[in-house]
Amino acid sequence: MSVIEVSRVSRHYHVRSGLRWWRRQEIQAVRDVSFHIEAGETFGLLGPNGAGKTTIIKMLTTLLLPTAGSARVLGFDVASQPGEIRRRVGYVFGGDRGLYDRLSALDNLRYFAELYGVPARAQRQRIAYVLDLVRLAGRERERVEGYSRGMRQRLHIARGLLHDPPVLFLDEPSIGIDPVGARELRATVSALADAGKTIVLTTHYMYEADELCDRIAILRDGSIVAEGSPADLKSRVSEGEVVEAVVHSLPADAIARIQELAGVRSVTVRDLDRAQVLLVQTKPAAQLAAEIAGCLRGTAIQSLSVRAPTLEDAYVELVGGT
Amino acid sequence: MSAGRLLRLVAVSWYLHLKMLHRSMFDSVMQVVWPLFFATTALLVYRATGDRDALSYAATGAAVVTVWTAVSSNASGILQRERAFGTLELLVAAPAPFSLSIMSIVLAVTTTGGYAVAATLLWSRFVFGVHLAPAWPLPFALALVATVFSFGVLGFLLAVAAVRYRAVFALGGALELPLWLACGFLVPVALLPSWLRPLSWLLPPTWGMQAVRAAAAGQSLWADLGLWAGSTAAYAAAAVWVAATVLRSARRHATLSLT
Repeated sequence: MSVIEVSRVSRHYHVRSGLRWWRRQEIQAVRDVSFHIEAGETFGLLGPNGAGKTTIIKMLTTLLLPTAGSARVLGFDVASQPGEIRRRVGYVFGGDRGLYDRLSALDNLRYFAELYGVPARAQRQRIAYVLDLVRLAGRERERVEGYSRGMRQRLHIARGLLHDPPVLFLDEPSIGIDPVGARELRATVSALADAGKTIVLTTHYMYEADELCDRIAILRDGSIVAEGSPADLKSRVSEGEVVEAVVHSLPADAIARIQELAGVRSVTVRDLDRAQVLLVQTKPAAQLAAEIAGCLRGTAIQSLSVRAPTLEDAYVELVGGT
Repeated sequence: MSAGRLLRLVAVSWYLHLKMLHRSMFDSVMQVVWPLFFATTALLVYRATGDRDALSYAATGAAVVTVWTAVSSNASGILQRERAFGTLELLVAAPAPFSLSIMSIVLAVTTTGGYAVAATLLWSRFVFGVHLAPAWPLPFALALVATVFSFGVLGFLLAVAAVRYRAVFALGGALELPLWLACGFLVPVALLPSWLRPLSWLLPPTWGMQAVRAAAAGQSLWADLGLWAGSTAAYAAAAVWVAATVLRSARRHATLSLT
């Protein structure tokens, strides 16, 4: 039996707009999604903002009801057996919120230990263990309002682990963390996976998903557009190559000219502070670097390189680039 | 969860939320100072009558009013505060009964109202020379605690309703003044229009306050306390039912978080 089984789940919202006459609009956040996760697996949900990742997590943690379909966690139904699931899963999300800033880390953990029914006698030991695991031991008596974002995030994880859940949901845990903090966080998640936890991770960072996940589902507009191991997903675009150019003041017609070249699979432009990164995925043996450089004539090119596709390239192609 | 575990949850949660409420020096000072302005106004008005009994009536009423003010303005905002902290979803996602988690926060808020009671009574004693000498001191204190507890239960009902209906936040403030009148804190219920009195009888603080007045006057308070207990239990049961219902509704309508 899979630890998590999601079968044809959909979820829609109603939003109201207008001041005098409310207009009711239906937003389809998740459409007919199915997947399963096995024990000990780290499963990634990737997708742009609004793709439905957080909605799926909220349904699996029993905070939202599916509007169609069914989902089971550890054999319990998310709609009818929320209490059974809540006792057995940990839920961690990213960002500054989710902690009581005016309390110390120790008080935060004491409070959540009570909420999760950690026996009084075991609390001290368990809190010490999770603080040590997330490298916050020695700082636990400081108020959370003085913590850095990375420390807060590690405290979030400690909170999620207090009751030693077999399943952990991590919703964009590394959002807004500096590279060193993010690396430490990945090390913590990796240690949890090694300890046998089943982990569901949503993230925007491809290298994070590539490093941590056994399998990944890529979502677009509420639907899964691809699912497989990072290697599987990369192989979908690995037969071609990626031409990457850093340019200044890229004209719109240059993008159109590149898109028209024979052998181009997709074109993406990402804005940096003072430059733009142009990513062109090509079909096998297309060798388009010279022609792309030709299309960019008259544009200041800082660098132009050809490389093998990464998971991010697969992701960009699957969710649709410019 | 066993009864012992649930009691421990309420106690720990109450203590930690009380700790949080006292972390701001400004808030703590205001909790004590602000009620004194109201007490001063009430006592000045009643002193003009020259009736010592009326002054004692006003001092007791003013003390109780300050607790209701603290509860009505804060309790309905508790859920909004938890939303803003991002902890509301975590309280719901935890296996502990949600209504108990919220009840303990409301109790912490109600406890802070206790300081206002003490401050108001001391202010009345030393600034206005009001000597509160209840005929039955112990039942008087018991009835006072019962009245304050019923505020907590009303606040609990307001707080859980805010899970689904965010506008309840405003309703808490809107209910502050009508309850002053309806529950006979400063004006006896007998003076209210007859059509309004049944509404007063439906509110637990009315019976608590009547018990307070009865104990002060040396009259039997047990009938009033019985009605207080019955109505408070009914409101508590309603709040637990509302909590379960609005949670189901919030899961269906996605109104738990701000996002």
